[in-house]
This record gives sequence, structure tokens and C-alpha cells, in this order.
Amino acid sequence: MKTIVPIRVNGQLREEAVPDNLLLIDYLRDTLHLTGTKQGCDGGECGACTVLVDGQPRLACLTLAASVAGSHVETVESQVKNGRLSRLQQAFHEKLGAQCGYCTPGMIMASEALLRRNPEPSEEEIRAALAGNVCRCTGYVKIIEAVQAASAAEEVAS
Amino acid sequence: MNPIMQKGAGSRIPLVDGIEKVTGRARYTADLFAPEALAGRIYRSPHAHAEILELDLSAALALPGVVAIVTGEDCAHPYGVLPISENEFPMARGRVRYIGEPVAAVAAVDDATAAKAIGLIRMRVRELPAYFNAADARAPDAVLLHENRAGNLEREVHNEFGDTAAGFAGADLVREETFHCAEVTHVPMETNAAMAAYDPERDQLTFHSVTQVPYYVHLSLARCMNLDTSRIRVIKPFVGGGFGARVEVLNFEMVCGILARAARGTVRMKLSREETFLTHRGRPETDIRIKVGLTREGKITACEMEQTQRGGAFAGYGIVTILYSGALLNGLYDIPAVKYDGYRVYSNTPPCGAMRGHGTVNSRFAFEALLDTMAKELGLDPIAVRRKNLLVAPTDTINGLKVMSYGLPDCLDRVEQASGWKARIGKLPKGHGLGIACSHFVSGSAKPIHFTGQPHATIILKLDFDAGITILTGAADIGQGSSTVITQAVVEVLGVDYGRVRVIANDSAITPKDNGSYSSRVTFMVGNAAIDAAENLKKILIEAAARRLQVEPARVDCLGEAYCVAGEPDRVVGFNEVVKEALVATGMLSVKGTYTCPVEFQGGKHRGGAVGSTMGFSYAATVVEVKVDEELGKVEVVKVWTALDCGFAINPLSVEGQIHGSVWMGMGQALSEETLYKDGRHIAASVLDYHVPTIIESPDIEVHIVESIDPNGPFGAKEASEGSLASMPPAIVAAVYNAIGLKLTELPLTPDRVLDALTGRRRPGARRKEQAVEREAA
Repeated sequence: MKTIVPIRVNGQLREEAVPDNLLLIDYLRDTLHLTGTKQGCDGGECGACTVLVDGQPRLACLTLAASVAGSHVETVESQVKNGRLSRLQQAFHEKLGAQCGYCTPGMIMASEALLRRNPEPSEEEIRAALAGNVCRCTGYVKIIEAVQAASAAEEVAS
Repeated sequence: MNPIMQKGAGSRIPLVDGIEKVTGRARYTADLFAPEALAGRIYRSPHAHAEILELDLSAALALPGVVAIVTGEDCAHPYGVLPISENEFPMARGRVRYIGEPVAAVAAVDDATAAKAIGLIRMRVRELPAYFNAADARAPDAVLLHENRAGNLEREVHNEFGDTAAGFAGADLVREETFHCAEVTHVPMETNAAMAAYDPERDQLTFHSVTQVPYYVHLSLARCMNLDTSRIRVIKPFVGGGFGARVEVLNFEMVCGILARAARGTVRMKLSREETFLTHRGRPETDIRIKVGLTREGKITACEMEQTQRGGAFAGYGIVTILYSGALLNGLYDIPAVKYDGYRVYSNTPPCGAMRGHGTVNSRFAFEALLDTMAKELGLDPIAVRRKNLLVAPTDTINGLKVMSYGLPDCLDRVEQASGWKARIGKLPKGHGLGIACSHFVSGSAKPIHFTGQPHATIILKLDFDAGITILTGAADIGQGSSTVITQAVVEVLGVDYGRVRVIANDSAITPKDNGSYSSRVTFMVGNAAIDAAENLKKILIEAAARRLQVEPARVDCLGEAYCVAGEPDRVVGFNEVVKEALVATGMLSVKGTYTCPVEFQGGKHRGGAVGSTMGFSYAATVVEVKVDEELGKVEVVKVWTALDCGFAINPLSVEGQIHGSVWMGMGQALSEETLYKDGRHIAASVLDYHVPTIIESPDIEVHIVESIDPNGPFGAKEASEGSLASMPPAIVAAVYNAIGLKLTELPLTPDRVLDALTGRRRPGARRKEQAVEREAA
């Protein structure tokens, strides 16, 4: 069964015919060709597919596309605004929070959700927010530094 | 300061391909836009060891939407990364040897159809006895996995350098201990994937994969598909980590190529995480018996090690692993005598291979852990014992390895100081402990796997009318930053702005061959080739500038973005003008640079002596503080201080990142990671069940970079990505010993093992061994 499902994706209203069993990750990657969102596991293990649904971090691999009808979905592709990297993207780049880069979109989106609800997180709060996002390259050290740097950058801006 | 504006070697610049990664623009194999691609899926053996009697494809072939099905019948050419042990077929022929081995593959219009077709394949077999540990596989009456390998031994190694008997006789303390290391695997965050586009009109193949070794993939595709190498183009897109998982050709890659040709089109294969675990090639389950002799003062007099590795069902890198494990007992300390007996055993489990710190990690764990407890027995400080046994570079080891630079003494000083070792050891709160261990690794194998007589590395710099410098390289950037290091080398030599330079990597139709990203060879070998290429280009540009400036080339100074007459800064010509002059009468410049490891660095003359040989060893010392909860058996790493002698940090930011990842991966092996098989079936084939450490259990890691300036390294650099890993497991075990006086000899230190050791209860490992004995008796 397919249904026309209205979803606002990165600010743009999409109305695609979506099979009832289509996962949000496949909707984003295969239907919309937004391949920034990654799949690193067989479901809910790694966090690489973290996107924001109405501002909340969600695993796109455990979410049915039809279940987010009427919601706003934000992916890593939405984070560059007016040709500028977001503060998190800038920090992950400059602090080497990304090595192979595969977990990075999920890390950035989970961190984005964190900074929106808590602009000045402690190290413990950063760890808690990223506990479901696995990275195999960095030992997480520079990921924490990147989120801290992004948080500091926002303070300067505001 | 904007870090991007810094120049050349020694700069903390971000990755040159980092923007793509943080924006989601980076295209990995599964992301490549190919709406025409068919979905490929593999039918895998549900049997650990069985003779295939019949493979019934009829129902699957009849399913609408199925385009092609291939089986072992479609490829009779064995392949394998080592030319001396090619014994694997893309799909099983006649016999299956582990649960998960590819048997057939389906190309269909979509994933759902392919999955359905897989479910319709029927295989009838005659079960054979299967062996899930080395002892069972080596039993005298065991069925052979490979007919030409008696006792299921893939390779045994026996060598002795120096006189160990005399060494032990001259020791004041001799101790012997056994150690067990569980099998671990890489878990790169990107799951395995490949895409093969076969052009039936031209009989040509374009191939994308997650590989670290596009060149070997190219050669193996040609072999397995019986296709001339000129008809194949291999492209490596962004790759989401490797750690050794992808340093050999993998079965799904060959299957994808064969399937695309059968389907006469494009096939994309996206393996699940479970399948990625089954593809494996990780570090083998290892049993070690080690004996070390020490004088009262802590000088090592001799070392003897017997090591058995459960290698899995096929050869892969096995021979190199079992050789490395003995060879690299040398090169870290000054040891007068070393005896090594190694056994690499075939088993009915997924094939092992090379994993970060290839071959050294389990040997180093056993050696350092025993050294630590022996130091305690002699009443010596474990750091002092290591200082008693230092090498002096340059030197040759007893097994013919060359040590050209040696920063280990500095590494020890740095971590001793940073950790507050002297003030804190023995004075920490209850349950806390400090431990130290050292390790080392090669900067690339000085003798390549495939002997071709060609240079070890080649770089091309292209310069044309636009005055942009394009670096063409076959070096595979898998996230470790090879493209960045190569760019920095070129910028350092030519002094140009980064904006003038771009890298095109890993397209066999465009870029020069590279052996691949393994054994930490890229910075050293490709870095040197990049310097050579840049110097060759600089010579041409200086000559062109000299013509423009109407002086002898010797009087021209290179200022990077301009060239001037030495001492006369007003007589200057810009880079673009110099390029215009350089192109007159010749056109586009294509300048090559190469690097070759001299033969005297290629190891001892004994059999297998090339393994372990390198131009430069990195050195590491690591101090770990742990907290042990004796009620829960839980070991927590509180803090890590690690120092690495990487010769020279071409990019300190990247070096830090590599060291973080390296010691952290060592921590994973030490504390939680373990592949688990029940009757040959993987029962931990997920990121969670395998226990990759999360950010919650990952400690702060303080990195100290030591620069010994290697005489042969690019700008003095050596490797930085692997050398520190092997120090972690023994440092953690030493810290637990320091904390609660408990000697642990089995990795990983999961709570059940720690509790078993604490309470003296029988361990699962011990029970396994007893059951094996009982089975044999029965």
C-alpha cells in the first residue's frame, strides 16, 4: 500500500507516494536522494542515521516514513545555511571530529539537537547526548572537543 | 589564525576532504547515484562444514524480477592476497567451510525481490565434522579443510635468533605464563558495499568498492573474471574506515563483478552489518605460551614464545600474521635471544586477516604483561625495567630488522612525567591502579606482497594552463588522511597556496598504481614519492623562472607563489607567469615522483624474513589509570597518557587523531570486544553485541608526540596510526594488577572473566578447553 505522505524535509514540503513499510532512512536516501544520512548497522545500533524530527533526534532506520507525516525532518544537508557551514560542521571539520566521516552526519545532527536544547552542555551532557552514536575512528576525544568548540562559537555569536 | 592558511609540513590543517564529510556531500559506495543498478544479494552457507551435493536454483530463477544468479560454478579461479596462498573462491565450490560463506548470488530488480530469491535457493549437503577452535582442528583425526594442509596447519614457523638456552641460564628470574586473546574484528562504520557496472558491448567493467587496496581488487577481478586488466577500471570513492578489514580482496567484491557480468549490467551490493561481521578478516583468537628471562637488574636475557592462531577457513593474510607475531618480538627492546614457534590453524569460522597493529598486538600483550609482573617480583619499577632494555639507533636486530630512529626513551619520559607516575604509583585510592606498556609498528613493509620490480610508490603532479597543481595518487584515503598528508608534502616543497592544489585519488584510469593503505605504508612511502615529484616539478619551474628572469637557475629563489632572483626581491615573477613559461614548447607538464625501499631494508635472509622489515619503526609508551569495581568485576579506564614517536608530525592534528583512535581500539580489545561463535554461528554480529565502546566508556586520552626525525622518512616522519595500539591491552592489565593485585591473562577483561579470576571460579575459557579434552577422550 502506498499513501501520499506530506513531509517537510529541510524546509521543503515533499508529497511522495510512500509505501506503508518504507523506513525514513530509505525515503531520504532512495526517494529523495539525500544520501548524507548514513546506515551503519542493521537497525538502531550505531546512530549514523540520526536526523531531527520536529527538532528531536531520531534514528531514521527505526522510523517509518509514513509516521512522520506532517512533521519537519532535518538532515545534515540542511545544516549549511546561506553558503556557510553550521557551527558544528565548522568545528567537526577544524577539530578533526570527523576522520572517515561515516558517523559524522549522525554525530552532527545529534549534537545539533543537544545544542538547541542546551547551548552550553557540560562534557557529561555531551557524552550522554551522543551515547547512541558510535564512532570507530576518533576514540570520541575530538568529537567532544568539536561539540565544545561549537558551543563556545555560538556564545560568541549571540 | 585561520589554520587553513598555514603552510606545508608540520601544520595542523584540517583534512583536505573534510568539508565533504561534515556536509554530507561525501559519496560512499552506497551513495553513488545509479538508478539503473540491480540489487545484488548473497546466499550464504548455513553449514559450518559440508560437502555441497546439490544447489537448486530453479525456484529462485523462476521468480519474476530475478535477472541473474551465479554460483561457484561461475568462477574456478582461486584468489587471495598472498600469491603463495590463494585458496579462496568468490563462491564456494563443492564444499562450504564456515557459516556465512558465500555460495550463490542473485541480481534482481530490487532488494525485496533479491531477498525473496535468496529464500528460494535450496542447498543439499553432506555435513562434515567442523572445528571451531585450533586444538580441535589440529587433532590427528580431524578432516582437513584444505587437502594440501596436513593437521589443518596453514603455516608453522620455527626460528631462534641468538642462544635462548644460554640466555635463560644466565637469568636471575625466569617465568613462564600462558595468555589467551579472543578474536576481534574491525567494525568500520561503513558496512561493506560494492558496485560493478559491466558494459556488455565493450566487455569492460567499472568497479567501485569500500576497499583499502584498489590495486589488488583490480588484479583479482581480472583473475576471477578472466578479464584482461585493461578492461577493468577500479574507483575507490569515500570509504568509511578500514582498520585492515579491507586490505585484502573480499569475496563480495568478486561476487559483485561476476554477478554484474552475468546480469549484463550494473549491480550494487550493500551488505548488512551482520554480513560485514561475517566477511571479517580480523585478529585471530590466539593462545600464547611465553617465557622470559631477566637479570636481577631487569635486563632481558631471553624470550621464548609459542603462539597458536585460529585463522578461520581460508588463508588471507594468515602467513604474514603468524610471521609478524614472531618477528616483531624484536625491534622494540634490546633482547639477545628470541625463540618463536608459531602455528596458524584453519578452522570452520570466518577467515581472519590483518587488523590494526597486524600480528603484533597479541604477542606484545603477552610480553608486556609478563614483563610487568616479573618487574614486580624483582621489586623493580616497570618503567625502569624498560629503560634497562633500550636499543640504540641505528642498529640491526638479531632477526635482521633495521632500526634507524628510536624515540622510545623520550616516550617513556613523557608519559612518566605526564601521568605523575613517580608520585602516584602505589598511592592511588582503593581500586585505582596505574600501568605502563610499550609497543611499536612498521612504517610499511619494506618488501611488497607482489614483487614487480616497480617502485613502492608513485605520484604524478599535473600542471597545465590553469596553473593549478593536480596531485594524482593511487593511495587510498580511508579517513586516515592520506590525501591531506600528500597535499602537505607537495605544498611544503613548492611553497604554493593550498587553494592551488587538488588531489585526484584512486581511479585506475587516471591515477598511478599504489599498493594500498596497509601496514602504515602511505605516509612514509607515498609521502616520499610526493616529495620527489614536487622537487622534480620545482626544478622545472625554477628553470622556467630563470628564463623569464634572465638569470642562471642557481640564482633563482622559489617563494612559492612567486619566483625571484636571489637577493633581489624586486626581480620577481608570479607563479602563473612561471607556469606559462614552463609550458612553452612542451605543453602540459606531467611530473612523476617515486619511492623505493632499498634492498638492505627488506629483512633477514631466513624464510619469512621479509615480514617485519621496514624503513622505520614508530615507538609508543602508554600509561593507563584504571578503576576496578571488585563487586561487579568492572574495569574502567579513567585516563590514558600516551606518547608516540612518529618521527615527525607532518600534521600534528591528524597524528593526534590517529593515536586517539589507535589506543582507543586497543582499549576495546582489552575490555569488551569479542566475536562470539556458537557451533560456528556468529552470535555477536552487531555493533551492540560485539561491544564497540561508546562515548560513555571512552576515557580522556592525552597524546604526546615525540619526533625522532627518521633519516629516511618524509621530513623525518614515520607511521602514526598503529604503533600505539598494542601498548593498550598490556597497560590496562598492568594497571589492574597494580590496582588489586590480580594477574589477568585472558582478553577481553569482561566482568565475567574478571569475576571468575577474582573468585577463582572456573572460567568459560577453561571450561571450553576441558570440554575439548572430554570430546577427544570420548
